[in-house]
Amino acid sequence: MDFVTSILTITIRAGTSLTIATIGEIFTERTGILNLGVEGIMLMGALSAFTAVFYSHSIMLGILVAMVIGGLLALIHAFLTTTMRANQVVSGLSITLFGTGFSSFLGQRLGPESNNFRLVGLRAERILPFAPKWAKDIPILSAFLNQDIITYLVYLLIPLAWFFLYKTRPGLWLRSVGEDPYTADAMGIDVTKTRYFYTIIGGMLIALGGAHLSLSYTPGWSENITGGRGWIVIALVIFSMWNPARAVWGSLLFGGINAVQFRLQASGTSIPANFLNMLPYIGTIIVLVAITWWEALSKKVGAPAALGSSYMREEK
Amino acid sequence: MFAQSNACRLFLSIRSMNDSNIPKVEMRRISKSFPGVVANDCIDLKLHKGEVLALLGENGAGKSTLMNILCGLYRPDQGEIYIDGQQVEIHSPRDAQKYGIGMVHQSFKLVDSMNVLENIILGLRNEPFVPDMKLVRKQLMELASQYHLSVDPDACIWQLSVGEQQRVEILKLLYRNAEVLILDEPTAVLTPQEAHELNRVIKTMKQEGKSAIFITHKMEEVIEFSDRVMVLQKGRVVAETPTSETSPKELARMMVGREVLFQIERKPYSPGKAILELSHIEALGDRGLPALKDLSFSLKAGEILGIAGVDGNGQRELAEVVTGLRKSTKGTLKIADKDMTNKSPLEIIREGVAHIPQDRASVGAVGDLSVASNLAMKQYRSKPLAQGIILLPKRIIDFARKLIDKFRIATPSPNTQVKFLSGGNVQKTILAREIGAARSLIIAVYPSRGLDVGATESVRRQLINMRDEGLGVLLFSEDLDELMQVSDRIAVIFEGRIMDIFDAENIDIEHIGMLMAGMKTEVY
Amino acid sequence: MRFVFEKRKATSISALILVPLISFAVSLCLTALLLTIFGADPLKTYSAMAIGAFGSLHGFAETLVKAIPLMMTGLGVAIAFQLKFWNIGAEGQLTLGGVAAAGVALFLEQYLPGPFLLVGALLGGLLAGALWAGIPAILKTSLNVDETLVTLMMNYIAILFSEYLYYGPWRDPKGYGFPGSRMFSSNAWLPRIVGRAHIGILIALFVALVLWFILRRTRWGFELQIIGASQQAARYQGVAVERNIVLAITLSGALCGLAGAFEVTGISHRLQQGLSIGYGYTAIIVAWMSQLNPLVIPFVAVALAALSVGGDQVQMIMGLPAAMGTVMQGLILFPMLAGSLFTEYRLLAVKDNKSNLPG
Repeated sequence: MDFVTSILTITIRAGTSLTIATIGEIFTERTGILNLGVEGIMLMGALSAFTAVFYSHSIMLGILVAMVIGGLLALIHAFLTTTMRANQVVSGLSITLFGTGFSSFLGQRLGPESNNFRLVGLRAERILPFAPKWAKDIPILSAFLNQDIITYLVYLLIPLAWFFLYKTRPGLWLRSVGEDPYTADAMGIDVTKTRYFYTIIGGMLIALGGAHLSLSYTPGWSENITGGRGWIVIALVIFSMWNPARAVWGSLLFGGINAVQFRLQASGTSIPANFLNMLPYIGTIIVLVAITWWEALSKKVGAPAALGSSYMREEK
Repeated sequence: MFAQSNACRLFLSIRSMNDSNIPKVEMRRISKSFPGVVANDCIDLKLHKGEVLALLGENGAGKSTLMNILCGLYRPDQGEIYIDGQQVEIHSPRDAQKYGIGMVHQSFKLVDSMNVLENIILGLRNEPFVPDMKLVRKQLMELASQYHLSVDPDACIWQLSVGEQQRVEILKLLYRNAEVLILDEPTAVLTPQEAHELNRVIKTMKQEGKSAIFITHKMEEVIEFSDRVMVLQKGRVVAETPTSETSPKELARMMVGREVLFQIERKPYSPGKAILELSHIEALGDRGLPALKDLSFSLKAGEILGIAGVDGNGQRELAEVVTGLRKSTKGTLKIADKDMTNKSPLEIIREGVAHIPQDRASVGAVGDLSVASNLAMKQYRSKPLAQGIILLPKRIIDFARKLIDKFRIATPSPNTQVKFLSGGNVQKTILAREIGAARSLIIAVYPSRGLDVGATESVRRQLINMRDEGLGVLLFSEDLDELMQVSDRIAVIFEGRIMDIFDAENIDIEHIGMLMAGMKTEVY
Repeated sequence: MRFVFEKRKATSISALILVPLISFAVSLCLTALLLTIFGADPLKTYSAMAIGAFGSLHGFAETLVKAIPLMMTGLGVAIAFQLKFWNIGAEGQLTLGGVAAAGVALFLEQYLPGPFLLVGALLGGLLAGALWAGIPAILKTSLNVDETLVTLMMNYIAILFSEYLYYGPWRDPKGYGFPGSRMFSSNAWLPRIVGRAHIGILIALFVALVLWFILRRTRWGFELQIIGASQQAARYQGVAVERNIVLAITLSGALCGLAGAFEVTGISHRLQQGLSIGYGYTAIIVAWMSQLNPLVIPFVAVALAALSVGGDQVQMIMGLPAAMGTVMQGLILFPMLAGSLFTEYRLLAVKDNKSNLPG
C-alpha cells in the first residue's frame, strides 16, 4: 500500500470515534442543550464496552452496554438542565468529572483477580477491520474499504443523520426547538420531551464513539484512552456548523493530524506536530467568529439560536 | 387536511347556506378575571360566516383577552363558546385549530432561520415522516394565489419584511383550514401600502367564505376593513353596530366616552422656562424603520406634559432619545438650554434627568439585587453614598430606609431582593430612586401600568409633587383618565409624530380619541 | 395530578444551607455503596481520607498545594461568572501564566536580579492570563461571539503551545526522566511554608479578601453586580457595560494566570507536563459551589482539594483507586445541581388546572 493510502486508512480509523460522537453532540446541541460531558461519557463508553466484551466475549453486548451507559449519563444531564433548570455548563462539566473519575476507578477494580483487578493491559475480542478481496490493492479506495464494522456504519450514519435532520418532520421539529423554543412550543411541539430524547440519543452515540476506541482503535483500556477527544468533539460540532454532513471533515482533519503525528514524532520532529494540532482549535475559533460576525451566514448555518439558555414556559 | 375535494366543499357550502343565520362563532356571557382586574365582563359576541368584525377599544379594554380565550390560550371563568351552532370546549390552540380558529398575534410565531415552507408545516402532526415538500410548495402556492398573498416559499423568515412575515402567518392558518382568522393589531407593523394589500386579502377571504375578527385601536382600519364593529371599554361591550351605520366621531366617542374627571389637587399652573426642547427629532426603531418623524415639542419647568397614544406609536423610542439611550438621526435635544443631542446616558443623568422606564421588571429594577441596591443605583457615584471609590454600606442602608418610609415601599427589609416584591412595590422602588435623584426633569413611561388603585394614586401624587416643586414631568400614558387627572397639557403621539397639543382646560376627549386612532382633525 | 414548580416568595435560606449538606450526605452514601460493592469498608476508607488530607502536617500541606490553584482560579472564574460571562478558559489562562512565568524565570535572569526575578515571573503570569482572557472578552463585547466555546478552544491552544515549548526549544537536555524545561534558579522559587505548600496560600487568601471588598464595597464592584444582573438596567444608569466587562474578564484571566505562575515557581520550579491537572475546570465547580462568594471559595477549594488528596492517600494505604476522590466530587455535584432549583422554587402537586395565568 502506498503512503497516502496508509495515512488515509489510519485517518479514517482515527476519525471514526470522533465522527460518531460529533454527530451525537450535534443532535443534542441542535435542541439547545450544550453537553460538555462528552469526555466523561466517552471514557465511560470505552470502559463499559471493553469490560462487557472481556467478560462476555460478545462484541454486540459490549456495544449495547456502552450505549446504555452513555444514555444514562446523558439522561442525568438532561434531567438536571431541563427539569431542574441547572446551569448547563456546570452540569456538563460534572458529568465529565464524574465520568473521568468513575471510569478510572472501575478500570482499577473491574478487572479479574489475575490482573490485580485492573483492566489495563488486558486483551479482549476486538472489532477487526475487513475488506472485500477485490478492493485490497486499489489505492485510495482500499483505505475506505479496509475498516471495521463500526466505521462502515458511520458511512451510513452520516447521510442518515443529515437526511433525518433536514428532510424529515421530526428533524424539522428538532431544529425548531433549538432555534426558537417559544415558537416551537406555540406550534404544539413538546420542547421538554424533544430535549430529553435527543440528549439521550446524543449520549448513546458519544458512548459508541468511546467504545470504538477500546474495541477497535487502541484497543484495550487505559486511563487516558480518549486523549482529550471529548473536548475535540465539542470543537468539531462548531467546526461542522452543526451539520452532520460536515462532521466528517473535521473528524478527518483532527483524526488525520492525530495519526500523522505519530509518524512525525517517530522522525524526531515533534515541533510542527504541536502547531498542526493547534490548527483545528484556531480554525474553530475562526469559524465561530465568522459565524457570529456574518449575521447572514449565522442564520443560514445556525448555531442553534437557543443553545445554552434554559427555556421555561411559565416565565414567558 | 388541506385537500378538500371540490364536491366536499360544495356540499358544505350548500349546507351552510341553509344555516346561514346560525353564526359561525358565538361567544356567550364570557367573563374572565385576573388578580385585581376584570378583563372581560359578561361579553356576548357573534360572528357570521363571511363577515369581518372589528374589536375596538383602548388598551386594557379586554380585546386581547377575549380573543385569547377564543383561540385557546386562556380559559374563561364563565361563558360558552359555540362554533356553527355547536357548543365547544377550547382548551388549547390545538383545539382551536380543530374548530377552524386561528390567530395571528402581534409577535409572530415564526422561526427566523427557517424558510417559509418549513414554518408552514412546523408542528403539523399529520405531515408524513418525510414531508413531500413539492406537494407542500404546490399547495402553498395555490393558496397564495387564491388569496393574493404573494410569498417566496424558499425565503428564510429573517429575510422577509414584516408585512411578508404577516402573510406567512396568515398562510399558515389557511393551510391548516382555518375558517375564522383573528388578527391582533394587524396594521401596527405595516406600511400603508402593505395595509392596503392586507385589505385585499381580507376581502378575498370573505369571498371564499372565511370570517375574520381583528383587534384594533385605529379608526381607519375599522372603516376600511370591517363589516361590523364592537367597542369594548373596561371589559364590557359598550356598543355594537354595522360599520356602515356609524362614523369615526361616534366610534371615538364610544371608545373613550366617559365622565369628565376632575384634576388632582395641585398648585396653580405657572410654568417656568423650557426645561426640555425637542426640535425636529427623527429616530429609527429597532428594525431600522423610522420610529420618530419630525417630532417637536417643549416641556416647561413646573409642568406635566402628558403624551397620549396607544403603545407602539413611538413612545419607547421617544423616551430613549430623551434619556440618551437611542441616537436621533436628525434634530436637536436641549435640556435646560444645554444642547444634549445624542449625549450619553451618564451625561444626561448628570443633568438631573430621571427616567421611569416602561419595562420595570428587568430594566427599571434589577430583581436579583436588594431593594437598597436598587435605590442606590443612580446616586452611588458620589457623596453621601460613596467616598471616592468606596461605597459606604451603612449610609446606603440609611438612604434606603428613608426612601422606603417616604414612599411606603412594602418590603421585609432593605436587603430583600427586589424580585420578591409585588409589582406595585417594584414600581415604588423605581419611583423612589428616580424621584429622589431628579433635579430638572422626569420621564415616566406608563408608570401606573399594572398597579392597583392605591399604588396608582400614590404614583400620580408623586408626579404632581415633582411638578409643584418646579421640575418638568414628561408622562407617557395609555390611560386617558390618568392623563386628564394629572397633566397640565396633553400631546397626542401617533406613528412617531405629535399630532397636536392641548391645554388641560380645553380637552375634548373625543378629539383626543380620534387623534390617538390616527384620524386627523381636517378629516371631518 | 401534576407536579409543578412554583416560584417562592423569598430565597429559601433553609434550602441554601440544606442543599449542600444533603448533597454531601448523598455523595457519602452513594460512595459508601460503591465501596461496599467492591469490598472496601466505607468507614475505614473515609477516615483514611480524612487523616490523609488533614491528619498530618504533610497531608495538610499537600491539601493546601492542591487548594491554592483551585482558590486562585476559582476566584478568577467567580468574577467572570458574576458578569454571566462563562469563562471556561481558566485552564488555558493558568497554563499560559505558567509559561510566561517560566519564560521570565529562564530567560530574564540577567535583567532581574535577586527577588525581582520572582516578582517578574509572577507578573508575567498575571499578564499572560490577562491577555488570554482579554481576547475572548473583546470578541464577546465587540462581535458578540459566544465566550463558552471560544475560551474552551483557547485552552487547547495554550496547552499545546506549552507542550511545544517544553518538548522543544525549552527542553532540558538532562531531562531528569521527566520532559520539561530547565530548573529555574533559586531566585525564582516561590518560598514554601510547610511541606510543598508555598506562600501562594497567603496571596490567595489576600486576593479573596480584596475581591470580596471590591465586589461589595466599591463603586466598581457595584457596577459589576448590576451588569451581571441586567446589562440593560446598567446601561440605563449610565454604566459603561462593554468596558467594564472587558476589564473584569481581564482581571479574571490575570488571577488564573497568577495561579499558573504559582504552580511553576512554587511547586515544580520548571515548566513541565502536569502543570495543571484540570484545575481550570474544577475551578468552575469551586466557584459555582461557593455561589460566587469570594469568602466561601477558599473553604470549598480546600474541601475539594482534601477529597483529591484523600483519594491519593487511600490509594497508597488501601490500594483503592485514587480516582475515588473525583468520583465523590461528581456525586456531590449532581444533587447540588438538582437542588439549586429549590432555593427559588418549591415543588407542588396540582390538580388539573382551571384558568391559566395571564401571560
